[in-house]
Amino acid sequence: MALFKKKSVPSGVDTTTNAAETPDKHQPWKELGLKEDEYARIREILGRRPTSAELAMYSVMWSEHCSYKSSKIYLRQFGEKVTDEMKTNLMVGMGENAGVVDIGEGWAVTFKVESHNHPSYIEPFQGAATGVGGIVRDILTMGARPIAVMDQLRFGAVENPDTARVVHGVVSGISFYGNCLGLPNIGGETVFDRVYQGNPLVNALSVGALRHEDLKLAKASNPGDRVILFGARTGADGIGGVSVLASETFDSAGPSRRPAVQVGDPFAEKVLIECCLELYKADVVAGIQDLGGAGLSCATSELASNGNAGMRVQLQKVLKRDESLTPEEILMSESQERMMAIVPKKSLKKFIAIVEKWEVEYSDLGEVIEEPRLYINWGDEEIVNVPPRTVAHDGPVYERPVAFPAYQDGLNADSVHSRGLYRANDNSTDLAAQLWQIVTSPNQASKSWITDQYDHYVGGNTALAMPDDSGMVRVSEESGLGISIATDANGRFCQLDPYQGAKLALAEAYRNVAVGGAKPMAVTNCLNFGSPENPEVMWQFKQATAGLADGCLELGIPVTGGNVSFYNQTGDVAIHPTPVVGVLGVIDDVARRIPSGWQDEGNNIYLLGTTKDELDGSVWSEVIHDHLGGRPPVVDLAHEAALADLLHGAAQQGLLASAHDLSEAGLAQALVESVLRFNMGARVWINEISERDNVDRTCALFSESTGRVIVSVGREDDVKFVGLCEARGIPVLRIGVTDNSGELEIQDLATFPLEDLRNGFKATIPALFG
Amino acid sequence: MKIGVVTFPGTLDDRDAARAVRIAGAEAVSLWHADADLKKVDAVVLPGGFSYGDYLRCGAIAAQAPVMKEIIKKANQGLPVLGICNGFQVLVESHLLPGGLIRNSDQHFICRDQGLRVENTSTAWTNQFELNQEITIPLKNGEGGYIATAAELERLEGEGLVTFRYIGGNPNGSMNDIAGLRNERGNVVGLMPHPEHAVEPGFGPDTSSAMRSGVDGLLFFKSVLHSLVNA
Repeated sequence: MALFKKKSVPSGVDTTTNAAETPDKHQPWKELGLKEDEYARIREILGRRPTSAELAMYSVMWSEHCSYKSSKIYLRQFGEKVTDEMKTNLMVGMGENAGVVDIGEGWAVTFKVESHNHPSYIEPFQGAATGVGGIVRDILTMGARPIAVMDQLRFGAVENPDTARVVHGVVSGISFYGNCLGLPNIGGETVFDRVYQGNPLVNALSVGALRHEDLKLAKASNPGDRVILFGARTGADGIGGVSVLASETFDSAGPSRRPAVQVGDPFAEKVLIECCLELYKADVVAGIQDLGGAGLSCATSELASNGNAGMRVQLQKVLKRDESLTPEEILMSESQERMMAIVPKKSLKKFIAIVEKWEVEYSDLGEVIEEPRLYINWGDEEIVNVPPRTVAHDGPVYERPVAFPAYQDGLNADSVHSRGLYRANDNSTDLAAQLWQIVTSPNQASKSWITDQYDHYVGGNTALAMPDDSGMVRVSEESGLGISIATDANGRFCQLDPYQGAKLALAEAYRNVAVGGAKPMAVTNCLNFGSPENPEVMWQFKQATAGLADGCLELGIPVTGGNVSFYNQTGDVAIHPTPVVGVLGVIDDVARRIPSGWQDEGNNIYLLGTTKDELDGSVWSEVIHDHLGGRPPVVDLAHEAALADLLHGAAQQGLLASAHDLSEAGLAQALVESVLRFNMGARVWINEISERDNVDRTCALFSESTGRVIVSVGREDDVKFVGLCEARGIPVLRIGVTDNSGELEIQDLATFPLEDLRNGFKATIPALFG
Repeated sequence: MKIGVVTFPGTLDDRDAARAVRIAGAEAVSLWHADADLKKVDAVVLPGGFSYGDYLRCGAIAAQAPVMKEIIKKANQGLPVLGICNGFQVLVESHLLPGGLIRNSDQHFICRDQGLRVENTSTAWTNQFELNQEITIPLKNGEGGYIATAAELERLEGEGLVTFRYIGGNPNGSMNDIAGLRNERGNVVGLMPHPEHAVEPGFGPDTSSAMRSGVDGLLFFKSVLHSLVNA
């Protein structure tokens, strides 16, 4: 209250009156990342120059990261290329903090993946930690209890000395924050490629579960409701993080931007989660929004805009860590672990009792008003007076120039065939050596050195987790109802053909969900690209979004939300387009899930699907020949859907002892992972693949043709299973049998003792980073 | 039978511990850190997590919580208390068990299925195990390295207070491979691995028979029920 009484002391703040009186004052719009016409538009909206606080708000909310100004016109198709049937289970679609899907029995789930790429390069530990924290708050904001996290990581080349710095920081940041939150980490991806050297990708996914009636939306619509900020205090961390970091390309000569990265406190977030869930249960919040990118600027304007209402806020009431913060800094601060609740007056007492129980600090900043206007005061002085919609939703929209890349035709022509790359086909020694080289290469080797640093047990509901193809969590302890998630992206395929590459990522994630026994239901994405100001990058983006939207329409599963990360480039060199696609699946009872490896001896091993000569962009071309060119594999989504149906049906009947997807490094990788999962050997023959599909041995082992899965089936279920495949027109070929030999024998090629395989498979990553 | 499960701010495995209590056949009663009332429970579980963010030192602040004053008093009178992971750290910080726990020797958080040997079955929480039984339960912590002075170690070993020892590799540099301890009376037991994550088929560690089917942790909770019934 002391601050409140400090009337009329000349504070030096830029008031709305002052702004009206000094139209010609120079403002640093350019430094804040605004373009000249954007600044002019702000002046036009307000009918005067913005105050410095308003300028701060507009600049951060109109940044690429917050406004999606370059991507919006393409993201619309995710909402347009849908059938009514696809919307049946969609409770909340795109545009909210996260999409919400009805999974039955009165349960719903919400899931989303988001990037924290730029902060994680500058300060890997805190960047990755707060990436987890941010996505978890998005899930919490929907009224859900977060139930799991995953992460999708792309690092530079393993031999580059800077890679270890980023790997160690990012992995310990995720471990530190996620473990301390008590959320099981159920899977993810780790890829090394020199294209990510200066732009590592740190994408974090979270999923939450809620009862239908607990759904919360981020809106302030009832005049008189209180506007409460609660959680951690506001500090100087992450000021301008969004606009300065995510919307500018790294300039190697630039100054260190460390102070712009946020600092995370997972303990504060854990307490905040439990506190919020108790608030929801007590039904004392009318609307809620987390404070992430753009902090208070975002929360106030979005809540008001979503509710078609306004707000009156006293900014001096914000609890601060540092009393010297200016109003502009408070509005832009991205301090973590903060939430804003809209609380009906009659519920205020109950609200306060709950936050006090959890020892969470709060401040009552003001009230919701009917007039759709956002008024922010600093003491007695008005520093913001804007229509909230213009800040939150009516930002600029760009139709950026698009150009077919000059290099594209050359890249596509430079195929494995045209190069005449050596195939070891008839030389079994060489072929076996290639297999070994591939499965022990950094991208294909076991990632347990990373994943063993993550708690996948907490919660007691984890049914599948890494190294399985998908992560699966039980939602209902009564019925066993559960969900599973898989995420995939192949930047190399996307570089060769972004349209096809996005479809391939979708197909793989879809298949990974299906091999766990779940039914794919919905899609989220995190689209990581270079600079939108480069027309060739914009072409990649246009192609990838079209591929993903078309693919989802074909599979009949909707996109529920997503995130775009542009400017992933160093100088003129962009990363490979990396659209991470996450597919959510539902399973009636997690007890029916399918393991990813072999557990019992004497089971028959079947390969489902057919193998083509598709080695362009493959792991084989990368590891053996350091080559990238040609055309990525063909995708047949109708076949993928039929395959998923078959797996789901077979799982329901309990016919499958295991199922494993074939993707990177093809059959070779799947065989190695299947024997090592539970240490069960196998004898396999590949000659029949070559004969039936008319492909050589290199293809049989390493081709990355889509729509393929290996399953193991108990002898008693053999006839039934093969009949099921034939009835559904899924090509099925018996390629081996599991045994207790302690070896993986690939007939006429080589025999690998499991112990050797395990040691080789597990040693690579610790040797590099341990 | 009523078994209390304490929640400190930052506790993570409280719901899991309560589930384990229920699966074992008892009633789980939730106890709040700020509340000195033990609600007439017959035993207490201090679950894992990062109480108070583990700031200062793991378990150090939690050891000073109002609920702990009451638990320490009752534990000294014979109330069965099980400390799991962070709960073990709280017991050590409360001086209900000797020694200390420091950062894992490789400096990383580690989550894995861990082999243990049960070396003492004369406790409220291990009486249903066979002596020297080898069990597998999940381990997940960043600061699980057990330390004690040479004299203390000698006493622990001499008096048979070492209740669990790591087998198949020491995961965190613990002295003498110590994974868990009991007090002299046998009513207080603390260990770093998590028995509550190995109580339900489908959600525990892998076994040779099936994925995630390990339930070795259930005997901890069955043991305390057995000791309460026979008390």
